[in-house]
Order: sequence, then C-alpha cells, then structure tokens
Amino acid sequence: MNFFLETLIGGLLAGTMYSLVAIGFVLIYKASGVFNFAQGAMLLFSALTFVSLHEQGVPFALALLLTLLVMIIGALLIERLVLRPLVNRSQITLFMATLGLSFIIEGLAQGLMGAQVRALDLGIEDIPLFVGEVMISQFDLIAAAVAAVLVALLALLFNRTRIGIALRAVADDTRAALSIGINLNRIWQIVWAVAGMVGLVAGLLWGARQGVQFSLSLVVLKALPVLIIGGFTSIGGAIVGGLIVGAAENLAEAYIGPLIGGGITPWFAYFLALVFLYIRPAGLFGDRAIERV
Amino acid sequence: MRNPFQRTLIGALFALGLQSLLPTVAQAASNEQFVPMATYRVGAYASSGIPWWAGEIDYFRYINEVEGGINGVKLVWQECETEWSVDRIVECYERYKGGLNGAPTAFFFTHSTPGSYALMEKGAADRIPLIDGAGGRTESTDGSVFPYAFPLLLNYYGQASVGINYIAQREGGFDKLKGKKIVTVYHDSAYGRETQAPMALLAQKYGFENIQIPVADPGNEQSAQWRQVRQIKPDWVFLRTWGVSTPVGIKTAARFGIAVDRIIGDVWAGSEADVIPAGTAAKGYQALAPFPGGAEFEIHKRLKQYILDTGKSDLKDPAYFGKVYYNVGLINAAIAVEALRTAQTKFGHRPLNGEEARWGFEHLNIDAARLKASGFEGLLPPLKLSCADHEGGGAARVQQWDGEKWQLVTGWLQADRDTLRPLIEAKSAAYAKEKGITPRDCAAEQ
Repeated sequence: MNFFLETLIGGLLAGTMYSLVAIGFVLIYKASGVFNFAQGAMLLFSALTFVSLHEQGVPFALALLLTLLVMIIGALLIERLVLRPLVNRSQITLFMATLGLSFIIEGLAQGLMGAQVRALDLGIEDIPLFVGEVMISQFDLIAAAVAAVLVALLALLFNRTRIGIALRAVADDTRAALSIGINLNRIWQIVWAVAGMVGLVAGLLWGARQGVQFSLSLVVLKALPVLIIGGFTSIGGAIVGGLIVGAAENLAEAYIGPLIGGGITPWFAYFLALVFLYIRPAGLFGDRAIERV
Repeated sequence: MRNPFQRTLIGALFALGLQSLLPTVAQAASNEQFVPMATYRVGAYASSGIPWWAGEIDYFRYINEVEGGINGVKLVWQECETEWSVDRIVECYERYKGGLNGAPTAFFFTHSTPGSYALMEKGAADRIPLIDGAGGRTESTDGSVFPYAFPLLLNYYGQASVGINYIAQREGGFDKLKGKKIVTVYHDSAYGRETQAPMALLAQKYGFENIQIPVADPGNEQSAQWRQVRQIKPDWVFLRTWGVSTPVGIKTAARFGIAVDRIIGDVWAGSEADVIPAGTAAKGYQALAPFPGGAEFEIHKRLKQYILDTGKSDLKDPAYFGKVYYNVGLINAAIAVEALRTAQTKFGHRPLNGEEARWGFEHLNIDAARLKASGFEGLLPPLKLSCADHEGGGAARVQQWDGEKWQLVTGWLQADRDTLRPLIEAKSAAYAKEKGITPRDCAAEQ
C-alpha cells in the first residue's frame, strides 16, 4: 500500500512539472488559436539566458529580471516580425510559422550561448521527505507550489484586469473583439510575453532537474498529452491533465511496465490521451466547438 | 550567334579554367587522404559532439603540421552536420564514400551505434571500413563475418564485463558476487539493450542476481524506475543511459537514497556533460573509461604546444581541452592514423582506399613502445587487432567524479573476452546465415 501511495503522490507531483509546460501552450492557444510549436524552444532560450547571465556573475534576482526582459523583447519581436505579417492567414500557416520559429530560437540559443550542458542550482535541496513510510520529493513539492502560485496569478490576470478581459474577448471571438476596438497586436504581444515568462519558470525548474541543455526543448513532448486530456483552452485543464498524466504514467510504469518489459512512460501518456480523444475530444475542460452547418 | 572572336575567347577561358583545376585535383589525388566527418555540432547531442570533433581535428592538424602527415600523406577532412540522425549519417556516407577532390576515403567514422547498424551492409558492399570506437554492433567484433566493421577498443559486451570485474574487485573477489543484486538501469534502445545478453551470461557464471530496468527515451522523468530500484535494495547499479537520462538518473537515484558510489556508469554515461548537471548528487559517481578524461598525458603536452598555444585548435573554449569527449575524438583519430600508417607499410606511402585501410586496421598493433612514442601512454591500452578480432583492446579504466573533475581510480581492467567470445560468435553466425555470408577463413589469412 505504501508503494502504491508513494507512486501515486510522486506521479501527481511530477505531473505538475508537465502542467507548467502545458500552461504556456494554453495561453497562446486561447488568445490566437495557434498551437505554439516554439514553446519548447522558448523554454530552452529562457533557461539558457538565465544560466549564462548567472555564470557571468550576475546576481540571481537580477539575472531573473534581465531574462524576463529578454523574453518580453523576444515576444515583441515575434509579434512584429512573424505574427503581424500573417494576420488573417489560416491557423495551419501560423502553426508552420511557429514550427520555423522553434528552429530559429534553438539555433540562436545555441549560437549565442553555446551548446554545452550547464548545471542550474536554484538552491532547492532535492532531499526526500518522509510522511510515515511514504517518500515525497521536496523539489517536486516546491514545483507544485510554484505551479499553484502561477495559476493563481494567471487567474487574477485573466479575471481581474482589463488586459485579462481583453484577452478573453479575443479568445472568445477575435472579430467581435476587433470590432469593439481591442488591439489584437497588443494582445498577442502580451500573451507571448506572458507565455515567455511561464516558459522561464518551467525552464528553470526543469533545468534544475536535468541540467540546462538542448533536450529542455523536448520537454514539450510531455505537454502534448496533458493538453489533449485537459483541453487546449483551459489553464485549470492543464493542471488537471498534468496530474492525470503524471500519476497514470508512474502507476503504469510500476504495475504494468514489469509485465510488458518496462519503459512505457512516454507512450502510455499518449495512449491515455488517445482514450480521452475518443471519449472527450475537446479534453476535460476545453471549449467544445459548436458550428452552424 | 557568337562571332569567331567571342568563340575563341570563350574557348581560351574554358581551357584556362580546366588547366587551373587539373593541378589541384592531381595534387590532391597524389598526396592527400580524405576523412569524412559525420558531425553533430547542433541539436540534442551537440554538447558531446563539439569537443569530440575538436579532439579529432586537433590530432589530424598535429599530424599534418608537426609530423608532416602520415609518412608525407596529408589528411584532409570535410564535415557534414547530422544532428546524430541516422538518415543524415547515411547521406553523409554516400556523399563522401568516393573521396573528395581526388583524395580517397579510407574509412568512415560512423560516430553513432545506430549509424553503424544502418551502414553495415553498405560499408561491406563499398569496401569502406566503418569505425565506431566503444560502440557499433557487438557481433561485428568477429571480422570473419564483418570484414568492414570495427567496434574498436571495447565493445558493449566488454563494457558489461569490465563493469562486473570492477564490482568484483571492489567486493574482494568474484566469489563475493554470489547472491549480490546488480541492477542495470538502461536506455530503452538498441544501445541500452545491447548488454542484456552478456549480463545474463555473467550472472549465470558468477551467481549474482541480474535485474534489468529500462528507461524510455529521453528519460527526463525517472521516479518510477528509481522507486523500483529502491525497493530492490541493490548492491550495485550499472547505469547504461545516454544524454539527459544520465544526470536525471544520478539525481533521482540520490533522491531515492541510492549511494552514488555504488553506481557505475558505462562508457557513454561517463563524461562531464553527464555529471555537471547532476551537481553534488554526482560526487563519487564512477564510470568506465576506455577514453579517460584528463589533460596531463604526453600527447596533451604536444597538442598544447603546437596546436592550442598557436591558435590552431578547433576548440572554441579551451576549458574543454582534455575533457572526456575531447579525448574520445583524440583517441579515435590516433587509432585511425596508426591504422593508415600500418597499411602504408604494405601498400606504400600514399593515400589508401578502403580495402587497403581494412588491411591496416586488421594488422594494427599499438604496443607499449608505440603508445609511449605517440604520447598515448595511460590514455589508451595496447591495442592489437586481427581478422577475427575487430575489437582489439577490450579494456577500460574506471574514473570517479570528485565534484570538480574525473579522477582515474584504476588501471586498465580487462574484459572477460574468453567468456564473451562464444556469445559474439553465435550472433555473428546467425547474421551470416541470415544474410547468406560465407565467413572468411581468418586462420588462412594470417
């Protein structure tokens, strides 16, 4: 029983790390209907920028602020150079643009800051905590707390500010939002900047766990099943989806893995996502598309 | 319609152009040996690749500029970026198997086990030796079936065996292995699964419990695996991961209370890139080192004097001089140079083709005296290849991470090659049967 509980709790906590990545996708999808393939590259770029600055002797807090600034400038440039010329183009065009963008950002990150693996110490000891016989990762607990704070802040942004209301208006109906004078370009700039900030938080936590290196950009592969399960348009869905994926893949690895040779975590998450697609195509919390035919 | 003057002018220019080209090609063909390089300077594995190619290129430059080439034959090389992708490695091979500007290709560094697998039949058909130090297809150690594949130095079976030999040494003898629990946490790929057969054989021989736990690629979340390891309470863990799955494995092991000095990484889980991201959790971690880290060997002194200090190094960051992957490149380049030198004793001091280079590799004998003369003493074990044995050395040292750098903690530990050989021969015989290959008679070729 202890093993089951430990696996379940460990999986849930690991799932919040996936949610952090998924939230970045949700933000951009909500505002523009675009699946931002470059989110992983943004995550890598932010973590690399932070580590590079910190290695040059820039204090932690200042490095964090400077990285935020870099991500905001990056968001403004992306909006001006990539998205604005593509306004009114099809979603697949925008998706392809983000695909190209991901290669540019990855190349730029490695070209400017090098390809070597860097250690990232956030000062969080990864010492296990024991609740009775059950072991819990301190690092994962802190990551879960960060995710909770992030969700609370984003909820405040969306629900209690004019910018948030404008964001929701664009998400609900872009043409209607434009007709009442909402500046779509400004909204996209804000959303990409916020997604960059979320990418920075996720990049720092994942970077602390596995080192800051190119493979950080592959972490997004974990976010896809989370989005399918939680829904592409719900931040709460990203959290719930992450918890489900984390718990399910850990339990599956522990109990089903040994029966079929193990190593099942990556595909099991996608298998689960396929099941959800069959039962609930829009995900648990996603907006159902209703169209007049 | 051009007038006669225009036609004459064009003809003269064309003739001049041809004339200016011909000497270059002829010169290249007469005195240069081409080395194609399937590199990965960008992408997920760039952190390993960049110092690796620097080691290879720096050594080739040293041979050209200090020793005047291999008996006067200069080495020229051309990179093709592959991002460690098999299709691009194959494309690179196809592009350069015929040489460049008249300089022939004598061998092809696959720089990748999947690449070696993909090129196995092409290399044999084109008669180009495929060189993959401490990698490749293990059964290609048997050169009677695989004349053009060379898993040099220490094949995967040998890596398992050296790992077990080191554990036995630490435990106080092979008899102490009986009843011990040895868990192999492996990258769930052809590379990771390659040691399952020898571990089963060695477990049978020494009586230890052999437990295999896979980690699926990329391995950036391993709680489930290490929770299982903790339940097993292993005496030792053999870590056969690759890329990001190594630092994540080390960190997760520490979180689950597995003593890091009871974990032994294999060759490809034993570089600076594997331990630095794991921070303090990696202090005390050990790994097999057929390519030991360190810049204190004689060859490094020479390279520093003639290549690094003169600004000719391919390294952008000199801090990587002597790091594990730099030395991987250095050792690979040195073995290739020695093989070409060997082949020249038979075929003359000229650029060689693949068939001639194969003869050179199969008659390579880097003994203690040659190691000392070439500056590789301590960095490379004596290496003797033959038609039947395309591995040669079958040994590795063990290095331990002290939090700052790798420290070599043993001399050369030899794999139990006699025990492993029947397993290799069984697999190579199965391959020969499947492909309809009649094995060479190596005894007759000696």
